[in-house]
Amino acid sequence: MAKLILSMDGLILKEIALTKERTTIGRKPHNDIQIDNLAVSGEHAVIVTILQDSFLEDLGSTNGTVVNGQPIKKHFLQNSDIVELGKYKLKYVNEAAAGQAKAADFEKTMVLRPGSMRPGPAPAPAAAAPVVAAAAAGAKNFGDTLAAQSATPAPVAPSKAAAAPHKNAAVQLLSGANAGKELDLTKPLTTLGKPGVQVAVITRRPQGFFITHVEGASFPVVNGKTLDAQAHSLNDHDVIELAGVKMEFFLKT
Amino acid sequence: MTLSGTLEVASCTDPGMVRSHNEDSIASDGDQGLVVLADGMGGYNAGEVASGMATTVIITELQQLLEKRVPYEIDAHSGQRVAHQLLHEQIAKANTSIYQAAQSQPQYAGMGTTLVVALFYDNKMTVAHIGDSRLYRLRGDELRQVTKDHSLLQEQIDSGVITPQQARQSQNKNLVTRALGIDPIVEAEIHDYDTQPGDIYLLCSDGLCDMVSDEDIGLALQTLGSNLKLCAQHLVQSANDNGGRDNISVILVRVLRDYPAPRSIVGKMMSWFK
Repeated sequence: MAKLILSMDGLILKEIALTKERTTIGRKPHNDIQIDNLAVSGEHAVIVTILQDSFLEDLGSTNGTVVNGQPIKKHFLQNSDIVELGKYKLKYVNEAAAGQAKAADFEKTMVLRPGSMRPGPAPAPAAAAPVVAAAAAGAKNFGDTLAAQSATPAPVAPSKAAAAPHKNAAVQLLSGANAGKELDLTKPLTTLGKPGVQVAVITRRPQGFFITHVEGASFPVVNGKTLDAQAHSLNDHDVIELAGVKMEFFLKT
Repeated sequence: MTLSGTLEVASCTDPGMVRSHNEDSIASDGDQGLVVLADGMGGYNAGEVASGMATTVIITELQQLLEKRVPYEIDAHSGQRVAHQLLHEQIAKANTSIYQAAQSQPQYAGMGTTLVVALFYDNKMTVAHIGDSRLYRLRGDELRQVTKDHSLLQEQIDSGVITPQQARQSQNKNLVTRALGIDPIVEAEIHDYDTQPGDIYLLCSDGLCDMVSDEDIGLALQTLGSNLKLCAQHLVQSANDNGGRDNISVILVRVLRDYPAPRSIVGKMMSWFK
């Protein structure tokens, strides 16, 4: 469950769990998070929580709302975001996002059903259910009742940085009309050869670089050895022969 | 009518790097122009049961029905295109089977599955889908997502709550708003599309598109399109290289040539002798 940590001048004042659909922030006492400071407007901002996602919205406050140094009107909160209201700071902590490894078992696909709630172990989804129903209300397909079942999904954005090997590599042509030319292997996939005659592909993977036959009757030759249909791991200074052209694979520092 | 020699189909399915079970299920019949992919959900092995039931019911029933029925014709009673009618009926049948199994057997309670089906005929394709399994099309060098997910995130994107870029950061990725086998009745979204020779269609479970960006999927289809089997394996491998947090399934279909339906009597006669 996500929470906010309220602090001033580095001193932690309190922690607030985001259990409600709407958590209001302001100077007036009826706010969920009351900050009694003249720099804070009566109704300053609101955090709308939809299951595991929270959105911060400024309610037209006099002095504005700042997230990570940037003034915002509306902001999709990410783990460790710092919200500034005058001298006060609110840190957004989302444990689901922080502890991704542990959450793997919970991120299975589930059906979201507005209405009938199945009591879940975590209170967060229960609090969020009305929002879900509201969010879904526009869709025709919701005839009847559904439950937002409890879960702690932990998405992973595909990360190219994580997937790419540390080293860079290139292929230099050793024969043919373009001898001497270098081709950097920066893309996840680089094709070599002549379409319709013989094509091979070099894939860039976390484990390194691999060459695989794609099309054509003859297979690529690496260091004098003809490959089969399987991917072949490339080492520094391997010599590849393809469609009558020789080329050298090498790692760059 | 058979489409043999018209479509090239390759597929690959993998449990991924984290899960022990593969709850995805795929089936295809290139000669009938039929491909089906389902991503099951539910405890223990219930997800596999649900997705397996969905693909089996749909492919076997449609294979038989397509022997007698002509998908491009309009049904006299309903006024619907036969392809739509067949898909509607068989999806309803699969839904009932899964729903009843889930109701009658406690270990299957709450199981369900997403579904994406494509039926090719007469230079066209009819696509039916439920949930967040997708169909993409590569035409020339443009990759387009054809189906629109039935998910909380898609609804948030549609209503402007979040942008597609923000959606990639969302914690609510795994919530679908429609699934097969959860309720007594389900409505599939069904649309027709024109196909062209050279098109490559990709059906995939969210284990692929959550782990591999559309850009990298497009690059793989473009560069490895001449070897569909390798391309399918590469896509699964890319998802695993990026973490493989879910089961990954892909079906690739390439349109090799035009396949207009034989409409004249002579054409129909010819097609019988093929």
